[in-house]
Amino acid sequence: MSFPYLPIEDAVSAPFWEGTRIQELLLQSCNVCSKFQHYPRALCSHCGGTDLEWQKVSGQGIIDSWTEVMRAPQEGFEAPYIIARVRLAEGPIMLTRIDGSSTKISCDQPVVLKWQPLSDGRALPLFVPVGG
Amino acid sequence: MQDVFIVGAAECDLGVTTKSILELQSQAVTRALADAGLTTQDVDGIATNGISRFSATQLADYLGIVPSFTDSSFAGGSSFEIYVARAVEALRSGQCSTVVISFASNQRSAKSRSLGGVVEHHTPEAQFETPYGPLFPLSYYAMAAQRYLHEVPTGRAALSEVAISAREWALLNPVAFRYGTKSLTPADIEDADLISSPLTTADCCLVTDGGGAIVLTTKLVDKKRGVKIIGYGEATTNTSMTSVDDLMVTGAVESGKRAFAMAGITPQDIDVVEVYDSFTITVLLTLEALGFASRGGAADLLLSGKTRPGGSFPLNTSGGGLSYCHPGQYGILLLVEAVRQLRGECGERQVPHARRALAHGTGGIISTHATVILEKVS
Repeated sequence: MSFPYLPIEDAVSAPFWEGTRIQELLLQSCNVCSKFQHYPRALCSHCGGTDLEWQKVSGQGIIDSWTEVMRAPQEGFEAPYIIARVRLAEGPIMLTRIDGSSTKISCDQPVVLKWQPLSDGRALPLFVPVGG
Repeated sequence: MQDVFIVGAAECDLGVTTKSILELQSQAVTRALADAGLTTQDVDGIATNGISRFSATQLADYLGIVPSFTDSSFAGGSSFEIYVARAVEALRSGQCSTVVISFASNQRSAKSRSLGGVVEHHTPEAQFETPYGPLFPLSYYAMAAQRYLHEVPTGRAALSEVAISAREWALLNPVAFRYGTKSLTPADIEDADLISSPLTTADCCLVTDGGGAIVLTTKLVDKKRGVKIIGYGEATTNTSMTSVDDLMVTGAVESGKRAFAMAGITPQDIDVVEVYDSFTITVLLTLEALGFASRGGAADLLLSGKTRPGGSFPLNTSGGGLSYCHPGQYGILLLVEAVRQLRGECGERQVPHARRALAHGTGGIISTHATVILEKVS
């Protein structure tokens, strides 16, 4: 799998990307309403609170839905590959890839975190089917 | 409250035009004004997008008018249904007296569309979604379709029927891109190339040039051709592919509720339904959200065959974005077709005794939703 697009981080999201360097999946959790969110923001999208902290999360989730992309959106991507919405155990949904075969995955299937190194030392969280 | 009417409606040239955006815009605007018995000198309100950063300003300058009301809100394909709401308020308040809502694109001629969409590098989506390589907007609709198929056993057949039904209507519409071609079979859809599973190329709308315009005013001269705006509603849900919790429930639930409440009617009172068909799945989700079917129930509605010409649930009677025209933002053409159906101007594809029509625009990745309900005056 190739990942040619290097994300441009900012001050709000920097801790997330720092976490990926040591393979820790960090999500923001709100100290006002106690909910998690992803993607990172400067405020809580559930309650509007601004007292947020970063927490390492379990890396467990289920596939909410998925699609096998058959044509690359831009140069450098190598289709086919599987894009998915994974519902994390902590609540938020992440867009990610599933490392597996399209014939063996389905909605509501449990998945676990796996790391895909990027060329700059950061990493992208991907998921693999549990037991797969 | 003062009534607001749509008194003019027209398309610009459609298909492959090799014309510029502003030439196509001029066609749409002048044809819609001629249809209304008006000229550009009567226009003091402009709502449009997709021309340049200052789209309404650009069009006003090109047309040679100085409007007292403009709107270039960018909400993708539902922008034009949203403009109807804004224009009605502006007309009622007296800010302006005649509004033209228009759109045109030369995307097919200009080859300006790409599978990955437009990546804006500073957005959260560029940071947290683009690295994975989703097609945009296609992969999001594909995930919605995958979820639909997971929950609804007849889902795949129903998706195909959306395209089949649209084609049957397009075969009755001489300006449809697929006019003069042939009926589709389920195999034509399902055996086409997969592009983002489960959607094939035949589940996707056309990429064409085209556009249209409508004219709104409080003054109705020709009552026989009058179409009144009786309800509208909108709801905006997401830019991220991860913000919406349930892919089966779209913002059309709320936009539809608001529009029906304003009109004081229910889905059963609608005679013609024009909903955005960017992809086959969009139609199923939208019909369910608007209350024409229960969750998963649009599959049965489609598979009953009632949405085809002659059926009791006339749907996307122009042939839709799938078989008629899809200029990138199709919402304006939903309104043009709804107006023409209510006026009885649709020839072979005319729905008999059409009194009320609904147009529903969907933009982005099922992001923006706007519903407009129209009623024939006489």
